[in-house]
Amino acid sequence: MASVTSNPTAAGSLASRPPGTLTLRIEPPRTWFELRLQEFWNYRELLFFLVWRDVKIRYKQTAIGVAWVIVQPLLTMLVATLFFGRLAKLPSQGLPYSVFCFAALVPWTYFSAALVAATNVVVENQRVITKVYFPRLILPVSAALSGLVDFCIAFVVLLIFTFAHGIRPAWTLALLPLFLLLAVLTVLGVGLWLSALNALYRDVKYLIPFIVQFWTLASPVYYSSSMVPERYRWLYGLNPMAGVIDGFRWALTGTGQAPTATLLASSLIVCFVLFGGLVFFNYMEGSIADRV
Amino acid sequence: MTTAVIEVQGISKRYVRGSRSSSGLLRDTLARTLRSPWTVFQRRKPDTFWALDDVSLQVGEGEVLGLIGRNGSGKTTLLKILSRITRPTAGWAEIHGRVGSLLEVGTGFHPELTGRENAYLSGAILGMGRQEITRKFDEIVAFAELEKFIDTPVKHYSSGMYVRLAFAVAAHLEPEILLVDEVLAVGDFKFQKKCLSKMGDVARAGRTIILVSHQLNQIRRLCQRVVWLDGGRLRETGPTSEVIGSYEREMSSPDALIEKGPQGGKAHFLKWWILDQGGKPKHVIADEGELRLQFLLKVNQPVYGLYHDIELYDQNRQLLWGNAIGNVTLEPGVYLCDHTLPYLPLRPGSYTWRATLWDGGENVADYDCVPEMQVATVPVGHPLDEKAGILNIPSECVIVPQSAAELLK
Repeated sequence: MASVTSNPTAAGSLASRPPGTLTLRIEPPRTWFELRLQEFWNYRELLFFLVWRDVKIRYKQTAIGVAWVIVQPLLTMLVATLFFGRLAKLPSQGLPYSVFCFAALVPWTYFSAALVAATNVVVENQRVITKVYFPRLILPVSAALSGLVDFCIAFVVLLIFTFAHGIRPAWTLALLPLFLLLAVLTVLGVGLWLSALNALYRDVKYLIPFIVQFWTLASPVYYSSSMVPERYRWLYGLNPMAGVIDGFRWALTGTGQAPTATLLASSLIVCFVLFGGLVFFNYMEGSIADRV
Repeated sequence: MTTAVIEVQGISKRYVRGSRSSSGLLRDTLARTLRSPWTVFQRRKPDTFWALDDVSLQVGEGEVLGLIGRNGSGKTTLLKILSRITRPTAGWAEIHGRVGSLLEVGTGFHPELTGRENAYLSGAILGMGRQEITRKFDEIVAFAELEKFIDTPVKHYSSGMYVRLAFAVAAHLEPEILLVDEVLAVGDFKFQKKCLSKMGDVARAGRTIILVSHQLNQIRRLCQRVVWLDGGRLRETGPTSEVIGSYEREMSSPDALIEKGPQGGKAHFLKWWILDQGGKPKHVIADEGELRLQFLLKVNQPVYGLYHDIELYDQNRQLLWGNAIGNVTLEPGVYLCDHTLPYLPLRPGSYTWRATLWDGGENVADYDCVPEMQVATVPVGHPLDEKAGILNIPSECVIVPQSAAELLK
């Protein structure tokens, strides 16, 4: 859209002005992709404030506040342990089923909530979008990040829970942030696509619950990915959350094998989706204020 | 002219009609694509219009430029392009300096958050840093006069308090270039005055401002130069009084006359105008001479011994002058009430006439005359607007030496 240069000579024909003056050029969209990371960086404080606002409002509006963040995955885990663990007797990689399931539910809850938030973030902020300029990319990024606060709270509970089951963290715990990063990037990659589509098409929001439900079943939340035949493991890894959850569980408990093949496939697909999402979002960005 | 800080060259903006609210359904698009896949590559010819058409202008450093025009003339679109909310379809613009735009007060406010939290949030959205807001925070709160309520969620604020806080945050933005859209028309009269004087301070501090307003009075007070947009095109640009003058002449042409006023009853007023020397009706006073006001009155039932009142109000609905004619007796029909004033020494601005017909205590016909009367004479008087008052009376003064002895006589 507009390139910001601090070089006064870039002003061209106009008279000289003090050095360091920002020059902003406003033009019709020309190239199909401009990332403008520098500009994004300049707006990092706004990113902080948007995340802060989301978190603040979330905890103000729900009466039980923080408790909800813990109760939700905990209850799901209890029910899953009863039906999938006790009754269906699904294998759980030698872990107690409750730990096996809870270790997946914590990153999964983050992922599904953040994905929904990222999808809606552009439409929800349409009043601001039509009145003020800032790099629109800030919005999905803030949605992906603000879910991390909930995640951290749930994660502490998860740590206590695994510890109580006698599982001591291994060195692999140090790798856990990597899998979390992969989850954030997945939210961002898919969220970029969905948020731009949501601004374009009214019915995308009705698709979201279906997408989340479908995705839960396609991810190793309640069952182990070791049930997937070895030769199809890479195909299964095309679901990036398979890599995230397997890796997360492995890093937390230190049991089982490092999910190398799945992880490789997952990382690759996330890179593609994220890049495509950036291009698509960037392409839509110019007209987003005219469309929402 | 000083250095241009904003240069706009041939900016045009095309909108697709109806694309805004009726964004399509993904379902329909997919279905269409499946049924006839090649249509994806065919560009359907959309119904478009040009909101801005080849507009070029320059704004000098420290200049306060007014942007006027009817609704839909492209004023807001131009501001949106300059503040980068939307992109032009053609043309380019260059802006040298930090830009702040104020297209709405309270952008980003959230009802659940407290005044303090909202001040930070809104400040950040408008482009202020956290430290900058912290530094100005006390000043912002004092300006908004909300010291006691700053930690109350804004959902408990009255609309006046909300607007005061929102404007206070915006008023403490310190960009080199400020783009303002019609936001000064907020709050009560006292607060509006405060906002106006704050804008005046900003302008005097040497900052460049582009101001969109329908209140020509504000434009007159704040702007040196005015751009008139009409149907997305640049109609006229020049010194404030000239451009506003021709804008008002056009607005008050017979085509623009609005027939309004309460209908029915014993009698009602149809319309009003000022008769100029050439005998043409208008709503603008352009010179200081004699003034003929005419009100068209339709009498439906015979009336006896009434009073016909006319009153003049300023924009704050303060009565400036009034006159009454007694013992009016009329048969049904249409009448012209023709008033002549030797002169009307008013400062430039918008004023409202009110014409009434009274029967004892009963108001038979009451007409808040539309459109407003515009006074577009040359202002004489105090250089500071807030000291100039309402009356526009030329005066002379000489200062001569005087001996004490002479004074004592």
